[in-house]
Amino acid sequence: MAFLQPTELSDALGALAGGGPGGSPWVVVAGATDHYPSRVGRAPIEDVLDVTAISALRGVVAVDAGWRIGALTTWTDLVESDLPPLFDGLRAAALAVGGQQIQARATVAGNVCNASPAADGTPNLLALDAVVELESSRGPRRVPIGEFVTGNRRTARAADELVTGLFVPGALPGTTVRSAFEKLGSRAYLVISIAMVAAAVEIDAESRIARARVAVGACSEVAQRLTALEAALEGLEAAGVARATADIVRAEHVADLTPIDDVRGSGAYRRDAALTLVRRALERVIA
Amino acid sequence: MTAIDVAFEVNGRPVSVAVEPMRRLSDVLRDDLGLMGTKVGCEAGDCGACTVRLGGRQVESCLVPAAQADGTTIQTVEGLADAAGGPSDLQAAFLAHGAAQCGICTPGMLMAAEALLAADPRADSAAILDGIGGVLCRCTGYLKIVEAIAATRDARLAGSTARAGGAATPAAGAAVGSRIAKVDGLPRVLGTARFGADHRPEDLLAVRAVRSPHARARFEIGDLGQLRTGYPGLVDVFAAADVPGQNRYGIYPTGKDQPALADGVVRHRGEAILALVGDEATLAAIQDAELPITWEPLTPLRGIDDALAEGAPDLHEASPGNVLIRGRLAHGDLDAALAGSHVTAVVEVETTWIEHAYIEPEAGVARRVGDRIELTVSTQAPYMDRDEVALLLGIPPTDVRIIPTACGGGFGGKLDLGVHALIAIAAWRTGRPVRSVWTRPESMAASPKRHPSRISATAGADASGRLTGYRFHGDFDTGAYASWGPTVANRVPVHAMGPYGFDAVLATSRAVYTNNPPAGAFRGFGVPQASIAHEALMDDLAAQLGMDPLEFRLANALRAGSTTASGQRLEASAGLPACLEALRPHWARLRAAAAAHNATPGARTRRGVGIGAMWYGIGNTALANPSTIEMGVTGDGRVVLFCGAVDIGQGASTVLVQIAADALGVATSTVELVSGDTDRTADAGKSSASRQTFVSGNAARLAGEDLRRQILLLAEVGDDARIEVEAGRVMATDIGGRTTIVELAELANVPVHDSTAECVLAGRGTFDPQTTPLDRDGQGVPYQTYAFGAQIAEVEVDPELGTVKVRRIVAAHDVGRAINPTQVEGQIHGGIAQGLGFALMEAYVPGRTENLHDYLIPTVGDMPAIECLLIEDAEPSGPYGAKGVGEPALIPTAPAILGAIHDAVGVRITQLPASPDRVRAAILAHAAG
Repeated sequence: MAFLQPTELSDALGALAGGGPGGSPWVVVAGATDHYPSRVGRAPIEDVLDVTAISALRGVVAVDAGWRIGALTTWTDLVESDLPPLFDGLRAAALAVGGQQIQARATVAGNVCNASPAADGTPNLLALDAVVELESSRGPRRVPIGEFVTGNRRTARAADELVTGLFVPGALPGTTVRSAFEKLGSRAYLVISIAMVAAAVEIDAESRIARARVAVGACSEVAQRLTALEAALEGLEAAGVARATADIVRAEHVADLTPIDDVRGSGAYRRDAALTLVRRALERVIA
Repeated sequence: MTAIDVAFEVNGRPVSVAVEPMRRLSDVLRDDLGLMGTKVGCEAGDCGACTVRLGGRQVESCLVPAAQADGTTIQTVEGLADAAGGPSDLQAAFLAHGAAQCGICTPGMLMAAEALLAADPRADSAAILDGIGGVLCRCTGYLKIVEAIAATRDARLAGSTARAGGAATPAAGAAVGSRIAKVDGLPRVLGTARFGADHRPEDLLAVRAVRSPHARARFEIGDLGQLRTGYPGLVDVFAAADVPGQNRYGIYPTGKDQPALADGVVRHRGEAILALVGDEATLAAIQDAELPITWEPLTPLRGIDDALAEGAPDLHEASPGNVLIRGRLAHGDLDAALAGSHVTAVVEVETTWIEHAYIEPEAGVARRVGDRIELTVSTQAPYMDRDEVALLLGIPPTDVRIIPTACGGGFGGKLDLGVHALIAIAAWRTGRPVRSVWTRPESMAASPKRHPSRISATAGADASGRLTGYRFHGDFDTGAYASWGPTVANRVPVHAMGPYGFDAVLATSRAVYTNNPPAGAFRGFGVPQASIAHEALMDDLAAQLGMDPLEFRLANALRAGSTTASGQRLEASAGLPACLEALRPHWARLRAAAAAHNATPGARTRRGVGIGAMWYGIGNTALANPSTIEMGVTGDGRVVLFCGAVDIGQGASTVLVQIAADALGVATSTVELVSGDTDRTADAGKSSASRQTFVSGNAARLAGEDLRRQILLLAEVGDDARIEVEAGRVMATDIGGRTTIVELAELANVPVHDSTAECVLAGRGTFDPQTTPLDRDGQGVPYQTYAFGAQIAEVEVDPELGTVKVRRIVAAHDVGRAINPTQVEGQIHGGIAQGLGFALMEAYVPGRTENLHDYLIPTVGDMPAIECLLIEDAEPSGPYGAKGVGEPALIPTAPAILGAIHDAVGVRITQLPASPDRVRAAILAHAAG
């Protein structure tokens, strides 16, 4: 039951390299909004590494060829950052994660690391081709988000690694980009998604879709990109797509999803709803 | 974990505490700093009750590690009050607008709202919803909270320093009908009200229940020696055999079937089998795997079908075949009535468990005082608690004292014993104060639920649209123990056919034991479930006859002069026709608006309008149900109402003060209240069955009148004299202006229930509704009076996703007389919120939804606009004509919503909740023909 709250990244990495004094890996905590809910009524028994004092992990900044979202960036920080329309979908997700209390504390990176199938950030980051930046005493490592989240509550982060930030590449040159997020839940606030869709579409000077990236969350163990749909959309005239999403987005495009039956909805419903949400997300970004 | 020093500023004051770094900030604030105004509802960031401002922003303090508070600036509800300790503008607005009912969510709401207005002084409606979207309220339906925030915003923008007006301060004798602020409201908005978890006496121990992970199992408890040795902080351990009195409790004297600790066999998941007593840290540290318990799981009876199957084991010896009780009402020749009908309709309804989800989990503390025991506990039923605890301890009821705390929501769920049994036994055994605060998962696993139901019903009408016959059968899954199952089984047949006249009715019900959670009392006692069926049938019959659904209901509505299916003639105060007539213009307007929307080219959504009507008998069903209330004048000239009726947020204290004050003829502001304490107040029954306004209200009226009569006699003045009570004396002024002074010092003390009261004058009132027992056909007078109501719902359905947004509810309720219209509206708003949850989202799944993120209740963003139409068809036997509204408000909401969904998209949802997946599936099936 040790507790560390280092101010220097190197100290955090050093601690992670040695493992927790209790013999298990350190439990890394930032906003702690996922930490406590799974520990209701239980005495703490794990070694906790609190990374919130490491100033190097803060900030949302434009970097070469994209943006870097520091690991301590909260959802509220993201909303209050000056970011281009590429981030509209992620910003919408930021406003849909819990209530404003959660948004002020929970980090975007933590949402990814918690690796819930219903994480609202993940499909958006998938649609943005985000790269997870990790560091350890062995050195830095960059992992595409699609490879980072490996399963329900599982990631590719090694026990000695710390997620330091998320890199989001900029849009294709010469395109106009928009993104959107469609979340489906059974109530207005504080709701775990039944299904959700993130879309980012880049439109070229000829008003054609240069690239479409569409990801679906809560309909499989890990949120998924709809690559067949993306390929089908590429090169199409954008306005035509907006008018005909019902024809263009078809059941076969969500066939690879593996939604489960649970208290929030049946698998069949999720698959059906995902199709509608994909269509609406595309209409929203292209309209 | 080693403690660290954490220093921060709280409410402008620097503090430093040595705490474990991962201790929740909520615990630091409450336990280390004594700032109990911050409430804890879930410890999971789901409810927002613990919301404080950290660095100006709203955060949930249950999710903030103490270490992260270091160097920050924190504001809690205690930091809102003005320099003199009075309410801030926002707090005053909450009080004036009736935005606080039970008050448990109020501190969190206030902090969220304050953070919002600080960041966005011009916050529009949408911003207000976003701002408090993270705080759950189960009482108010949120609308009055939004009103209070908007009013504060406007006043601040106008630069006004005036405190919010709105609450009335009526003159003596004019309180009834007036919108006075809650008499117990100020501490709720200041955050100083003390709830179940807010009492921490010195030398405190905690008790932890070890609970079954199995729905049905045999178990053995092995040698506990090693556990005791390993944990020196473990002061006591006890099991079933150690219960001092009888290890059986339950609502009905003849049906006590529930053990405080299971004796070798458990009947539901979450049942307690062993109690550990010690300091809180020790109890939290003990891992389940360390407990020497051997389980032998048995095949559970998972539902009604399992329980009724051939060869099913009997869960209770006294109930072979697992049927706890049957209810029955028979009137007229049903077969003939149905056979002779021009049209008939049939419906099958299925509903599931509904969790009360009060934001305050069960909590309390017990102390042994010599050979007596005192429980300071959150409850709806102090006298029932007293008698149950006495049986468990094997002591006379008079040796038990129940001191109700502020109750952070009840809705029926705090009518059963919660923490009581184990804290009482532990305190009795150890001689030390023992506290228990259930965690949210524990509360959800161990507390009773609304009964799941399976209903089949048939109704018929003749060609003119007159109702003929109604057949109803409802099976209710009462779970492992009886709890309030008999009440449901008896109340349902009386109400099964709805508020309509039929030539013939046969209504039967069964409560069936299963290995599911005990189902007990929940706002409406089975009537909300039954109403889904009768209202679906009314819509169906009206459609078959080509009649308007509202007019069809109106034509058949019970009214003064009607005879109910129980054979009771309704003499007066049966205001359903007036409710429906009041709704008529809204019905027409909303139907037209929905049609216009649906005709809009390209509309993605479809709107619909539905209606639900209800009736509800006030008080116990055909059983004695008395209340006694006393009102005294003390030797030093204080007027005190000794009121055993517990205010669970619904406003009983305020209403009873209004009634008693008018009966005596003094201003409400001069009346002191002693509430609920069984040593200080007579038995005014339980806060349930919508009975406190009618039954205790009559007792309060009689007490006030009795006291007034005595004063007039002493002063030798006439009936119309004005009474003023002041320091040491009572002045009575007759109509001619002649004043007589009664010096209180000259009077001897008179006895009241409270032996410490030193009253020199005391009035006493007892009221018991006039009912008769029901015969085997359910014939008789089950209730003295009934509440009536009807609501219209306007919904918007997204057919592609199956989502339903309720846009508007217009609610017309015959309350007899609105003693306090603000509170009546508050009950209606809150009832609608719970009805909306019942209709659209609430479904408890044992072992799966034991938290407030998987079990969904409505948030502020789910609330429709609500218009309340108060119909006051005075009840002659009611206090100033009043009846009740607590449960009636909830009942018509779900039927109206389900009817509106049908109107919008043509599908009738009869399996609740009408969750998006069910609505979508029904739409697809409908489209497929």
